[in-house]
Amino acid sequence: MDPFFLEALVNGILLGGVFALPALGLNLVFGVVDVVWLCYAELVMVGMYAVWFLHTQAGWPLWLAFAACLPVVALLGLLLHLLVVRPLLNSPPINQVLATGGVLFVLQGAATLVFSTEFRSLGVDMPPMEVGEVFVSGTKLAAFVAALTGAGILWAFLKFTYVGTAIRAIARDREVMPLMGVDPQRIYLIASAVGGALAGLAACLLVVQLDVHPFVGLSFGPITFMICVMGGLGNMLGGFLAAFLMGLIISVGGFWGTTEFSYVVAFAFFILVMFLRPKGLFAR
Amino acid sequence: MSAALHQEAGSTLELSGIQAGYGDFQALFGVSLRVEPGEAVGVVGPNGAGKTTLLRAISGLIRPRAGTLRYGGQDLTAVPPHMLPGMGIAHVPENRRLFPHLTVEENLKVGAFTKAARARFEQRREHVFELFPRMKQRRHQLAGTMSGGEQQMCAIGRALMSGPRILLLDEPSAGLAPLVVQQVFELVRRIRQEGLTVLIVEQNVAQVLRVVDRAYVLETGRVAAEGRSAELAADPAIRRSYLGGH
Amino acid sequence: MTGTFLGALVLAALAAVPLLSPPDYLMHLLITALLTALAGTGWAMMGRFGLVSFGHGAFLGVAAYTMALLWNEAGLTPWLGIPIGMAVAVAAGVLLGYPAFRLRVVGHYFALVTLAAGEIVRILIVALREHTGGSLGMTPAKAPDGGAFLAMQFDKAGFWWIALLAWAGGLVAWRMLDRSMSSKALAAIAEDEDAAASIGIRVTAEKLKVTVISVALAALAGALTAQYRQYLNPESLAGLGISLQIVFGAIAGGMYVPFGPTIGALITIGLEEGLRIFFGTELTGAAPLVYGLLLVLFMLYLPRGIAGLFERRAKRSPAAKPAPVTA
Repeated sequence: MDPFFLEALVNGILLGGVFALPALGLNLVFGVVDVVWLCYAELVMVGMYAVWFLHTQAGWPLWLAFAACLPVVALLGLLLHLLVVRPLLNSPPINQVLATGGVLFVLQGAATLVFSTEFRSLGVDMPPMEVGEVFVSGTKLAAFVAALTGAGILWAFLKFTYVGTAIRAIARDREVMPLMGVDPQRIYLIASAVGGALAGLAACLLVVQLDVHPFVGLSFGPITFMICVMGGLGNMLGGFLAAFLMGLIISVGGFWGTTEFSYVVAFAFFILVMFLRPKGLFAR
Repeated sequence: MSAALHQEAGSTLELSGIQAGYGDFQALFGVSLRVEPGEAVGVVGPNGAGKTTLLRAISGLIRPRAGTLRYGGQDLTAVPPHMLPGMGIAHVPENRRLFPHLTVEENLKVGAFTKAARARFEQRREHVFELFPRMKQRRHQLAGTMSGGEQQMCAIGRALMSGPRILLLDEPSAGLAPLVVQQVFELVRRIRQEGLTVLIVEQNVAQVLRVVDRAYVLETGRVAAEGRSAELAADPAIRRSYLGGH
Repeated sequence: MTGTFLGALVLAALAAVPLLSPPDYLMHLLITALLTALAGTGWAMMGRFGLVSFGHGAFLGVAAYTMALLWNEAGLTPWLGIPIGMAVAVAAGVLLGYPAFRLRVVGHYFALVTLAAGEIVRILIVALREHTGGSLGMTPAKAPDGGAFLAMQFDKAGFWWIALLAWAGGLVAWRMLDRSMSSKALAAIAEDEDAAASIGIRVTAEKLKVTVISVALAALAGALTAQYRQYLNPESLAGLGISLQIVFGAIAGGMYVPFGPTIGALITIGLEEGLRIFFGTELTGAAPLVYGLLLVLFMLYLPRGIAGLFERRAKRSPAAKPAPVTA
């Protein structure tokens, strides 16, 4: 096989791994709380700034900045739920989405005020690795491994813990949960914090690959939503698989054309999927 | 053995003058009812009499508009519904409401969500498996793929996982084949024998009267009759309305 | 009839505004507000029936770029370019809407499909940089001497009249829709799509109808905005940012009454300018911060927008309650 094409395939899978985390987080929150966080990518943006600030400005070692990023964004997720989502739980879905859209502007505006619109770079890079005939960026590979690890931990949490099992249960039947001794409000809080932590992890992986600026969320936010919808909103496994599909489409599309062309193809593919399978590729 | 399943000595469940409904629709008009510890009590009546609403009001899924609702002297209307399992009240809802995409064992796990129940999860699971050997065979099967009878057993098992002192059962026989109905009531009887208090709501009057000590007849949201099972089963009016005459 | 008369009177009074020779800056704000209001009015035509689009920015862009490219590369006057641009935008809207409605893509899913469509347009504009100037934007070619009219390059007064006419057209379209059976059908669809279909309402056709009107108005707003500014760029004419701003304006003003989006436009423009004046340009970031905050607060405390304050309960039309959206 053409090594460049092979490289595109490998890069597509690596890219998919990075998309997978925010898709998982978004789906987790949607599945449990039944609200779309339109500002999810902006939570990631805040996390990227946190890492950048702690590492380059406050002089923290990178691993410590990463470690701090997760709880910071998890806390942000908690606050988002408590201040914005919770009071709107009984409102029409569209009002909920629009309110989180308002938070999107708030976070962009706050980032602009605090950090200006300048592009900030973390300035770390790992040497590329040669695997067979294919060159793989070390940073991307590390990010991919970290993403899979994160997804694995999430899976174990959902599969083996009481709270995780309750999270999977509540996604199906909200009303019956109190009879199990489960306080739905508490589960919502936990899901929001975990969703935030996943955004924080995604931020760690993205900040080594992308420069941070207040609008960086717009560059991967829309595609994250599409991945979630394609996999079936709330369906975490579906979203996870769709992330790799999108990663491959973009990477291989970029191999045959320009990057922009590849995104157009990916988005058009999304619209097509919506028409053919309106409830997502993996809807049951 | 029964200690593994539930805590000792329950309390009296006491409803008085309960009114409840949904929006503009009122389903219960001043229902009073009493369940003593260790008793099995039935609530029977036709479709739409308010039986399910009654159980939902007890477990706090809807709040009564008037009347008092006490368990062991504690006012239940002031308790958030998710606290009830911890107080020893478990509710097997209408239509079972299992989590169809979770395995049998995972359903049991959700049933053991409260802190106290988690500590005794394995012990109680084994007990549930003893009561329902079928569940042990199917522990890794998705609950939604089982037959109606098995699902009902799983739902009861799930409720037992919280270690209740009183079990509220909503139409356990609904939608089941006659033979399976027999099995389900046999199980209810066994649960009773272990000392559990049971409040069971049923349309299948003939069957339920064989299992319970006392029963209330609910008609359009009011208690139309009450008494010991044998008395009710012998009452000509009841026989005419619910037991197919003769 | 008195309503029509009153409307005409107000319009005439507004048309006379340039005669008072107000400062250019004020005229600029007023024109911008009118065009923003038009886009918001277009969006709300769908939004108020539960068809929430997060991609309306794209329709602004499709029409604006079509018009500008026709002028720059084929010398076609914007007088023709604008209707052609609108037609192209409407075609795009139908192309997206027909299958979406037909296949029952509703609620969150519909919103996200439109979001994807909006992104596609933004990226296409960037990708076709040979013609569109990519993310740097483009300017329509300067009119030759004596050709200002043909090039639609006017002074502020001229644009005020054009914008005023377009804006009034949007309100008239709203009113006509409200008086037609379609508004009742759409209200029924928003309430319960299956029930509406079961009583013989042609769901897809009704939704398409309102989409056509909505897109046409947004497209007109986009083309006129570009023509007025004499500058086009993908961020301000396509993509999620501008789409959400349109939504914000309509929501803040109130999307259930005709003047709601106009009130919303006055708020957004006023807010942006106010923040700029009081805080200076280095605090431009404060503008999204403040209106994001307002959007949240509106959703929490005033989900029917400013106009909702003035509605009397009895006068609420059946369509006037927040449409339930199923996902």
